[in-house]
Amino acid sequence: MILKSHLELSRIQFQVWFIFNLIHKFMATKNWPLWEIFVRSKNGLEHRHFGSLHAADAEMALENARDVYTRRNEGVSIWVVESINITASNPDHNGELFEPAQDKVYRHPTFYDLPDDVKHM
Amino acid sequence: MSIHNSTINFNHIIMNTNLYQYILGIADNSLILGQRLGELCGHGPTLETDIACTNISLDLFGQVRSYYQYAAKVAGDGRTEDDIAMLRKERDYVNVLLVEQPNTNFAYTMARQFLFDVYHLLLLQDLQKSKDLTLSAIATKSIKEVSYHQRFSSDWIKRLGDGTPESNQKTQEAIDSLWTYTDELFHQTEADKAMVAEGIGVDVTALKTNYYTKVNAVLEAATLKIPESKYFQKGGKEGIHTEHLGYLLSELQYMQRTYPNMEW
Repeated sequence: MILKSHLELSRIQFQVWFIFNLIHKFMATKNWPLWEIFVRSKNGLEHRHFGSLHAADAEMALENARDVYTRRNEGVSIWVVESINITASNPDHNGELFEPAQDKVYRHPTFYDLPDDVKHM
Repeated sequence: MSIHNSTINFNHIIMNTNLYQYILGIADNSLILGQRLGELCGHGPTLETDIACTNISLDLFGQVRSYYQYAAKVAGDGRTEDDIAMLRKERDYVNVLLVEQPNTNFAYTMARQFLFDVYHLLLLQDLQKSKDLTLSAIATKSIKEVSYHQRFSSDWIKRLGDGTPESNQKTQEAIDSLWTYTDELFHQTEADKAMVAEGIGVDVTALKTNYYTKVNAVLEAATLKIPESKYFQKGGKEGIHTEHLGYLLSELQYMQRTYPNMEW
């Protein structure tokens, strides 16, 4: 009896493991990894985040970015980075990350007059 | 009118007919391939490849417009670019058989694209040197787009061929079955010969060795076998097509045939 329930248990365990693996495999092969796309629109400007797309590797991500984001002369340079490599801040920590700056006006460089010739500041 | 004058006029007409046919010989390939790729709009295997295929289609249609506008000017009888694109009968289209083959699966779509792109780029590189300034300008403008098409389709052939056993097998099957349409790319029509003699047209027979060298290099990198078949299909350049073109045209021409002169 114990042996039987033991067998039954390991059979269920095996089934769960099997189905879990199947789903995992299916999901992994069904979707290519996600990539974040950064485009420099003009020389002198920084790369800006344009959006994200799926691609099998970096090379394909660059080609897809050409088709999805830069078809209308939007850029002079493209960066791609796999989304998994980005570490994001936790919204719960927004207070400690951002608020301390608010009551210290001297931290903001607003007391300088910028000449008109200095662009993109 | 003197005999001398009428001879000149006659030569002029023949020259224009040849030039007109020559332009169609280049443009029809891009029109039909563009239509095939356009069929994938909303049906591509992934969102990104869907956009890529329709973008290539739009590149080709852009080139086609320049060619047909020029052809309409050469014809000089009130025909417009739209008439040339939409209102000819099947036998009047002179595209090669390769470009009308259906999107059987993604391997076929990419194999067809790859086998055409390699040829297309070689053709445009030589067309740039044409004595005809309009054709050479269109070629110069199109080359950047077509270089990208070739990179895109070559990359996909390598990915699919050197991918999983299944993708390898499907791509091999696509290459094997489309191979029979490659030789026609290097056949010359009467218009081709006349235009080559004038220094306007590209001698496609001279592109053949270079073409197969480039194609074979990619197939080897993709771990695919180079087909050994020596049996080739032809006819498209003379207006004799496979059964697939009729269906394609009925979709392409439907709106113009149903609502003549409609615009949007």
